Amino acid sequence: MTFELFVFYVFSAILVFAAAMVITRRNPVHSTLFLVLAFFTSAAIWLLAEAEFLAIVLVLVYVGAVMVLFLFVVMMLDIDIATLRAGFVRNLPLAILIALAMAVEIFLVIGSGGFGGERYAEVMAHTAEYDNTAALGSVLYTEYMYPFEIAAVILLVAIIAAIGLTMRRRPETKYQDPSRQVRVKKGADRISVLKMDVED
Amino acid sequence: MKVLRDYVKSLFLLELMRGLGLTGRYLFKKKFTVQYPEERAPISPRFRGLHAQRRYASGEERCIACKLCEATCPALAITIEAKPREDGSRRTTRYDIDLFKCIFCGYCQESCPVDAIVETRHYEYHFENREDAIMTKEKLLAVGDKYEAQLAADIAAQARYR
Amino acid sequence: MEALMNLWEWLGENLIVIQILIKIVVIVAPLMLCVAYFTYAERKIIGYMQVRIGPNRVGPKGWLQPIADAVKLMFKEITIPTGANKLLFLIAPMLTLGPALAAWAVFPFDEGLVLSDINAGLLYLIALTSVGVYGVIIAGWASNSKYAFLGAMRSAAQIVSYEIAMGFALVGVLVAAGSLNLGEIVRAQQGDGGLFNWFWLPLFPLFLIYFISGVAETNRAPFDVAEGESEIVAGFHVEYSGMPFAVFFLGEYANMILISALTSLLFLGGWLSPFHGWPLLGPLFEWVPGFFWLFFKAAAVGFFFLWLRATFPRYRYDQIMRLGWKVFIPITIVWIAVVGLAVVFEMPWWFD
Repeated sequence: MTFELFVFYVFSAILVFAAAMVITRRNPVHSTLFLVLAFFTSAAIWLLAEAEFLAIVLVLVYVGAVMVLFLFVVMMLDIDIATLRAGFVRNLPLAILIALAMAVEIFLVIGSGGFGGERYAEVMAHTAEYDNTAALGSVLYTEYMYPFEIAAVILLVAIIAAIGLTMRRRPETKYQDPSRQVRVKKGADRISVLKMDVED
Repeated sequence: MKVLRDYVKSLFLLELMRGLGLTGRYLFKKKFTVQYPEERAPISPRFRGLHAQRRYASGEERCIACKLCEATCPALAITIEAKPREDGSRRTTRYDIDLFKCIFCGYCQESCPVDAIVETRHYEYHFENREDAIMTKEKLLAVGDKYEAQLAADIAAQARYR
Repeated sequence: MEALMNLWEWLGENLIVIQILIKIVVIVAPLMLCVAYFTYAERKIIGYMQVRIGPNRVGPKGWLQPIADAVKLMFKEITIPTGANKLLFLIAPMLTLGPALAAWAVFPFDEGLVLSDINAGLLYLIALTSVGVYGVIIAGWASNSKYAFLGAMRSAAQIVSYEIAMGFALVGVLVAAGSLNLGEIVRAQQGDGGLFNWFWLPLFPLFLIYFISGVAETNRAPFDVAEGESEIVAGFHVEYSGMPFAVFFLGEYANMILISALTSLLFLGGWLSPFHGWPLLGPLFEWVPGFFWLFFKAAAVGFFFLWLRATFPRYRYDQIMRLGWKVFIPITIVWIAVVGLAVVFEMPWWFD
């Protein structure tokens, strides 16, 4: 067994363990943290497959941003395990049915010979000078220009739509406009000096 | 135009720069720090440090147990018991100041008609047991004996303001 | 000496792991010393700005103060609050310090003096700085304390927000340099104009935004709402004591040093001499090793961190968010477009 293979198996074992923990832990925060671990180890496996750009982006986007927001929400949830488990037996048949359907689907995709090393050409090993990022970029902005840009626009629309749907300006809340606050002048805006005649 | 000027002002962080300039200037200012054990800040004659009881030059204690200090003490730190002495003069048998209660306001000193209870300039003291914080009459008189020269001078210097 | 070099060569061929470990120690040990004396510098400089003199009792002029602090913290009891998740509670400080140290792996200290010269160096750095937030979040959650949790929430939102502005600022840099490799980025700033060839001038808004976002990322004043002594005691590390607290502390300062070193690398020409190519001063300073220039630049930026802390009061939380989202991100996007145009049209001096 080469060193690379050994590293691969170590990371795979961690990945499978973490993935199993994600769905078995009672505490949602623990699950999320195991999901982070799973992302991290899969990034390591991608590094092993010389896909350093994808690996780093996985860490950057999923671990660094998405999972942080996930944790953010999950930490504030107050989940009562007992009520969650109340419908366990009642929903079990349906759950088993869905699980079976998914298993069959996965089997149809993977097991039918659609995957497997022999169906693809041997991956070329690259020299140290090979720049994954540059190669990806040149393909993304030439061959896949339109799909890439369209996907970007769809995501932008989704962001704007999400904000538009959830944002409501409540009339009773008082907002401050910092730029107006900054522009305030001491003389004219804050104090006014009155000239008064002396009264007696 | 004014709006434009404000935008430029906030974009180039001009006001923040002025703030930085101020602290930057202070970086090179002469420092105020007094290196305490080696150097000491000057002490006013009115300084209110550890309490003391004074005596007359004859060695007779000044306190006449009038209990004005006990009455005026806002922290109720003073406890006085009094009895006529064999020679018939009125003297305290017990005069305790609880330093844990005392707030060093100096009212006892102000109220004393005979300048018996005073506060010295001495402020470097400590206790190792809780009961040590009760200044008994003996301890107060001992402190008074120790700092008598300084106390007399301070009181003389302050006399015209009282 | 000869034997030592031979041993080194032999290690490189046979036990490369040991060789790499030695290199890591050579980077991390001085870094830790820098962290220790950065705390000393902070106390001294802020003291001086507040017209007092700071620590001066331990050792001559207080030079041993950081050592005394470290020893004190090491011998203190590690208290673990009841109801805290023990494992996560103890892992959290390491998660803060780990990324801050790991980031130095791709950091070029001089021409060719780098532990791992990878092409995606800048990406690696962004990824690692974004991972650093986990230490804070996990600490806040595992402490089982309201204040710690509030601090963690604040800092999580803050760090994620400012990461975007920071990332955009870095996009500007890599557009200007045309590479993700940190060494290449520095080399792209070389020119006969000396310090006027560095990126701080053409990328000035990005330079400022990168630095300010860096201050926000490291939870330093005036963006230190995650700690906010007056509001939430000490934020995410209220429950920590002894060595775990010290590790948090080390992580914070290691991050500050990292940000200041990166700022000097990306915008201030890294190891390049500021007088390169100048008629008189250029040859005069040619003998100074590049590492010293880098050190001085990083120290100057680090000084700015302390200067900011001594000067500004804490931001209000909603204004931090406003600054990050509504001011920094639009400015960076506009300036990326400007830089893109400048690169395409090969604007003279910098991009020709």
